[in-house]
Amino acid sequence: MAVKVKIPTPLQRLTNKQSQVEAEGFTVGEVLADLERNFPGFKERLYDEKGELRRFINIFLNEEDVRFLEGLNTTVKDGDEISIIPAVAGGSL
Amino acid sequence: MADFTEDQIIRYSRHIVLPQVGGKGQKKIRESKVLLIGAGGLGSPAGYYLAAAGVGRLGIVDQDEVDLSNLQRQILHRTADIGRPKTHSARDRIIELNPDVEVVPYQTSLTSDNVMEIIEDYDLVVNGCDNFPTRYLLNDACVLADKTIVDGSIFVFEGQATVFKPHVGPCYRCLYPEPPPPGMVPSCQEAGVLGVLPGIIGSIQAMEALKLILEIGEPLIGRLLLYDALATEFRILKIRRDPDCPVCGDNPTITELIDYEEFCGLRPARC
Repeated sequence: MAVKVKIPTPLQRLTNKQSQVEAEGFTVGEVLADLERNFPGFKERLYDEKGELRRFINIFLNEEDVRFLEGLNTTVKDGDEISIIPAVAGGSL
Repeated sequence: MADFTEDQIIRYSRHIVLPQVGGKGQKKIRESKVLLIGAGGLGSPAGYYLAAAGVGRLGIVDQDEVDLSNLQRQILHRTADIGRPKTHSARDRIIELNPDVEVVPYQTSLTSDNVMEIIEDYDLVVNGCDNFPTRYLLNDACVLADKTIVDGSIFVFEGQATVFKPHVGPCYRCLYPEPPPPGMVPSCQEAGVLGVLPGIIGSIQAMEALKLILEIGEPLIGRLLLYDALATEFRILKIRRDPDCPVCGDNPTITELIDYEEFCGLRPARC
């Protein structure tokens, strides 16, 4: 399955400044692994030492947070969109 | 309309003519008390529009002084204000725009010791702060005090906005249970920000605040608005309340304020 992955600004240095890239897989976890193959560095940014998704980064499949679906095992379809959404704090500075 | 002056009726006429607002809605706006956290990039446009709209009381919390590098985006402050407390410069600008507004400056940082007392007097909190400890502090305080937060944040060319209404939708901790370790997410100071971006997100916050005050439309409760300025793209994602959330979940483990510097890894845990 080919899906679009939306890359947030803080991680775009891993994708040569691209805000959207294509990746393949049957589940969200597989798509993220494919992303790591094409753009090394994502795994370290997205997962902690125990291999769990970091708690300040959310992964959405289309408009749903995968934490409330089946997490990394959530299956994807062709044309789906995965968004990586990190916490950002900028405002008043 | 009897208790509005003739000038006020003219000032707010474009509101009053709206069936969704009317004289009754304008009165709700006048009776509302909104607290701005930060008089910076987000707080400037949010505060200025809310003042123009006729909000009764605007509290402004900010510990900083106006710096030359703020003026590229923080539209409440002018060149002549450099070095002045931001809350003073913001108050002056707001009173010049609309003398009906009561401005309450809090020239201080928000801390576990003062937050409950400050938010107590307000109906709504518009959050434009620039750091994680304050975001978690404000979130926990607002869940405990049952105050709604109109939240905004920005990074370089991207912005996020949402509304956290305790126990109705998710809170900040449901969305981001833990903060990033220090240094993992660069600040605006390090990364830069295109000056118009906070203008857009701050204006959305002002609009959401007015909708909540007027009880009209669909506020951004349970929805996260994302704005990508380079792509000119708005997206909305669904966010949910986490029943296991330590502060707003079914069995909360955080029932009083904690040490947020420590929680965000900015200070080693005390033994």
